[in-house]
Amino acid sequence: MSSAVEPRGWTKAMLHANGWMVYLFFYAPILLLVIFSFSASRNVGTWGGWTLDWYREFGDNQSARNALSDSLKVAVFSTVVSVVLGTMAALSLERFTFRGKQVFDALLYLPIIIPDVTMAVMMLLFFSQFFDVINMVFGLNMRKGFNSIVASHIAFSISFVSVVVRARLAGMDNKMEEAALDLYATRWKAFRHVTLPQISPGIAGGALLAMTLSLDDVVITQFVAGPGWTTLPVYVFGLIRKGVTPLINAISVVMLIASMTLVVLSLVLERARGGTGTQ
Amino acid sequence: MKKTHWFRLLAGLFGFALLASACGSDDPSSSSAAAACEPGQIDGDLALYNWAEYIDEEQLFAFADEHGISASIDSYDSNEAMQPIVSEGNSGFDVIVPSDYMVSVMIAAGSLMPLNYDAIPNSANLMSDMQNLYFDPDGAYSLPYQWGTTGIAVNTEAIGEDFPRTWGLIFDPAISGEFDGQIQLLNDPRETMGAALHYLGYSNNTTDMDELNEARDLVAATASRLAAFNTDSADEFLTSGETVIAHGYSGDMFVQALETENPAQYVYFVPEEGGTLWIDNFSIAHDAPHPCTAHTFINWMYSGEQGAALTNWNYYNTPNEAAVPFLDEDLLDFVNDPTVLAGGVDSLESLQDTGDFETNYSDAFVEAKG
Amino acid sequence: MTMVDESVKDVGVEATPEFEAAAIRQESQRGFLLALPSYAYLVLFFVVPLVIVVVYSFATRNQFGGTDLSGWNIDSYAKLGEPIVRAILFRSVWLALITTVICLMIGYPFAYFLATRSQRIRNVMLVFVMIPFWTNFLVRNYAWRVILGNDGPFTKTTEFLGLGEHELLFSQTAVVLGLVYGFLPFMILPLYASIERIDTGLLEASRDLYANGWQSFRRVLLPLSTPGVIAGSILCFVPSLGAYVTPEILGGAKTTLLGSYIVTQFLTARNWPLGASLSFVLMAIMLSATLVYFRKGGQTL
Repeated sequence: MSSAVEPRGWTKAMLHANGWMVYLFFYAPILLLVIFSFSASRNVGTWGGWTLDWYREFGDNQSARNALSDSLKVAVFSTVVSVVLGTMAALSLERFTFRGKQVFDALLYLPIIIPDVTMAVMMLLFFSQFFDVINMVFGLNMRKGFNSIVASHIAFSISFVSVVVRARLAGMDNKMEEAALDLYATRWKAFRHVTLPQISPGIAGGALLAMTLSLDDVVITQFVAGPGWTTLPVYVFGLIRKGVTPLINAISVVMLIASMTLVVLSLVLERARGGTGTQ
Repeated sequence: MKKTHWFRLLAGLFGFALLASACGSDDPSSSSAAAACEPGQIDGDLALYNWAEYIDEEQLFAFADEHGISASIDSYDSNEAMQPIVSEGNSGFDVIVPSDYMVSVMIAAGSLMPLNYDAIPNSANLMSDMQNLYFDPDGAYSLPYQWGTTGIAVNTEAIGEDFPRTWGLIFDPAISGEFDGQIQLLNDPRETMGAALHYLGYSNNTTDMDELNEARDLVAATASRLAAFNTDSADEFLTSGETVIAHGYSGDMFVQALETENPAQYVYFVPEEGGTLWIDNFSIAHDAPHPCTAHTFINWMYSGEQGAALTNWNYYNTPNEAAVPFLDEDLLDFVNDPTVLAGGVDSLESLQDTGDFETNYSDAFVEAKG
Repeated sequence: MTMVDESVKDVGVEATPEFEAAAIRQESQRGFLLALPSYAYLVLFFVVPLVIVVVYSFATRNQFGGTDLSGWNIDSYAKLGEPIVRAILFRSVWLALITTVICLMIGYPFAYFLATRSQRIRNVMLVFVMIPFWTNFLVRNYAWRVILGNDGPFTKTTEFLGLGEHELLFSQTAVVLGLVYGFLPFMILPLYASIERIDTGLLEASRDLYANGWQSFRRVLLPLSTPGVIAGSILCFVPSLGAYVTPEILGGAKTTLLGSYIVTQFLTARNWPLGASLSFVLMAIMLSATLVYFRKGGQTL
């Protein structure tokens, strides 16, 4: 940022202070979480001495481990799909006009404003019938499980992704793209080499958001899951009912590390591919 | 508007189709007949749907290994979350664990499969006073799993050893005024309104609007003296010092106290005016994919050994006569302590579903909170 | 794979009205096709289920808490006029507004701060913003409960600073704190995306024209980042309105908010028609509010 525009003195100090305060704010409970996951006391809040017992307990607990891997599978799958669909939706709304655009625009806001529990109930009712119909028509034997959880997560994530990408696109003129087209690029090439890099912060933000939403979802997942498909948040939710112990902290830390690994992996992959996203 | 109009029409039609089939299957499937199963018969894997931390998964897997199948366990945190999932059909679950009042609701909704007692010979171990329960008189659809009571637990270090064993400990400022801000009530309409009703001398299943309103006003007056309305952490708040007087479940309080340095400091009791007796039960979903495995599992859990293993793990009360000799000492002491039931066994009352009146309880609770 | 765009072949053709119209139709078609996959997906996996729930709002609760679809009525909507519902609604809207405003106050400078770091650091810092939110949100709430509880780090800090013992747990402040904590990233992400693309040349220009920092902010930065502000506000306000976990865990469930009320209807009271009508009315209000907000912000819709 050029020094001519960089805020000086008082404003600069305030900005920086605000920045670091926010990070502190964000990480305070996380620090507590991590520290107490090593506490030997069953009561989160009273320190009981260092121990790895809770992590061991997690390791021994097959249900918890399955729940973790289930969550990650669902999160990755639903994030990828919702990012693609959400970006397409955002592009169509910001760049084009077509019949039914207003309806589509309004429709995209519904998943954001619907209460979780309502969506949970309606997806339960929907899937109970949906699989019946599908099985009848196609002679399959599908039932609730991974597919219904992922389908539901995608349904709410598309909207969040599109909101973030649209915020990025809004008002962004398409002069660069038009220039590319004038220079005989195909639409796809223009998109890939001109538009995409420009909106990639929006896409990245949307992807992060979608993943967070998927990993956090409890009620909806609870209602559309099937036997053997308990995700980690649902599992933790049930555990908490029985009492908040450092086991829950340990599980959360493990989940945190797992998610971080995923993100780091995807960043590494992106860089390896030449990084269309990084400017 | 052609394309989108067409779209919405299609969507509407599809929706209608689904709705139509939804209406159709709303009638309880022709009351499922009891599965014709032999004792010990296995017809596939077991899918258990239970409250969290209510059974040791090792025990479940032991059953699976013994019978050469695999077993899955999923958990729910409330009856009302479990029930629609099972009632809608195709949940995939075999064995579920509904509470007393929920059993009667699910029977009426046709969501449970009748039990074939020929396949559950160990049911003979059921304690005699756990038979002919109001919500399922012949036990046609349920077999008790664990039971307990709801009452008050106190921190004797703060309030002393000599305290009145009454609900007034919560509701009466004259008794506990000095502990304002350190009292907690359960965040459950039936339990909390029930406590108030018992204190006022009424039944916790009343369908009398005046009585309910009295209870509501009492809870409203008490709300400002509370630390919180809370269900999951009632026991923790007590042992962490956040509260001094806690409304909660027997097993939770008992286990939590054992975790502290001085368990004797925390005393649980059911007030003399009466408290809730609750019973959770084994049941089989109406469309259980593997009913015979389900029966075998229930039978296996009802042996004295397995019944004791279960109770020694979750520390609630067992309905299984044969399990009693194998119970832990601590647990036996707690269960057999005569001072726990201040009003005696007869003062206990189970919660029943009040049908159309039910919504008044949750409404009153919301109004009481303000 | 051709590099040449087909329509370029027509470059020598006169730009007649028919040609223009055809080009516009083609664009419109492209737009529609682009929107189609997500549109279709949402229609199937959102609109259809929603229709089912709307139908339920006109049904009746039978004596066992199930839903009786025969005999349509608007009883559950009539219930919405009761004073208790209005009180809950008012309280919830107020709380959500406060939360959103605070999020904006804190989030905007933060997003600006983030967007003005160097290229390499920016992305990393953004990821670091999201990381805390990959722990379970329930667990984060419980962590705050420990922090704000008696004998918790917060009280200990205020004691240390000589401000006396100050247990925040189970107060309205705790609830707002928890909500702000939960939704701040939702405010930051769109704001960041929006601010980051603003051409700093414009800010430089305003400097050159002798505007001070505040004026540059008000007349250049803010208007250009409005899409982000709007998006962030919506993503913050709406979930806050429906929040029920934080008020329960950090507020001690001492006041009933809209989110808890709706959950209660679906679960504890097993009164699905009322839950459905509450949700539906809430969504209708929110959608209209969004419409109004957008018209004011001059955005599409």
